[in-house]
Amino acid sequence: MINLSDQSLIEKVRGGDYQAFEFLVTRYEAKVYRLAIRMLRNPQDAEDALQETFLQVFRGLPGFEGRSQFSTWLFRLATNVCLMRIRHRETEPSKLLPLEDYLPKLEEGEGPPMVDWADRPEDALLSKESREQMMGALDKLPPEYRAVFILRDIEGFSNAETGESLGISIAAVKSRLHRARLALRGMLSEYYQRKQDFGGFETRLED
Amino acid sequence: MEKDEKTTQVFSCKGMECKEMLEKLSEYIDGELDPKLCQDLEKHMADCNPCLIFVNTLKKTISLFKYASSEPLPKEVHIRLHDYLKKNCQGC
Repeated sequence: MINLSDQSLIEKVRGGDYQAFEFLVTRYEAKVYRLAIRMLRNPQDAEDALQETFLQVFRGLPGFEGRSQFSTWLFRLATNVCLMRIRHRETEPSKLLPLEDYLPKLEEGEGPPMVDWADRPEDALLSKESREQMMGALDKLPPEYRAVFILRDIEGFSNAETGESLGISIAAVKSRLHRARLALRGMLSEYYQRKQDFGGFETRLED
Repeated sequence: MEKDEKTTQVFSCKGMECKEMLEKLSEYIDGELDPKLCQDLEKHMADCNPCLIFVNTLKKTISLFKYASSEPLPKEVHIRLHDYLKKNCQGC
């Protein structure tokens, strides 16, 4: 059963085969959990969202017409579950990203010079502290931007699949993705520059 | 002194404006940019170090996030999910 396509498993589930549903869940649970933990930043909330999503999947399968791929439909449900939970919180940033804050300054005498940290050793770029900074940066994005970045750049969805999952146009996917990437790069650059200023790359602080 | 040089480099860009280039970077990275624009952009980067650094760090940002997000699902979360579904889906 492990080699069956999503569609074949879905047909079995519809025929009352619960084990086929468990295979389907196992196939996608890690991806959905990753989305949820990045969106919600809290393991308990992410686990609740994971469970809620797959319960919705089970209940929705009889009406799933297969017009879109199963994975696209699944991630639409998962993203909506996460966004609903976020909307019930009060601390989430909801305004548009001030993109210019993260762009290099183009006028003379303004802003710090560009620091090329891309060729720094991976173990320094991905230290425990760096990873926490990265997740903190992701958390600063408005949820709609965060969702696009996660689906498109972390999970590897196409622009069309991401758009379909979030109910937005391809143009909106591209625009949000670009802003999200620039903002994340800007935040990471600030952090890595600070780290460099304090010799963090040279001393290779251990985790 | 070094700071001034770098800032001047950004300011003294010729050809395609840096700002215009920045707007197209995601399409460039994703291979979705028109070949002519792609060429212009690469020509610009060859002469504009800050823009080259910007592209490199932007690409690196994406790959770091991808790499840092590849952790597996905790086993206990998997078990609790399947228990929860078994309990709630049977008889749906």
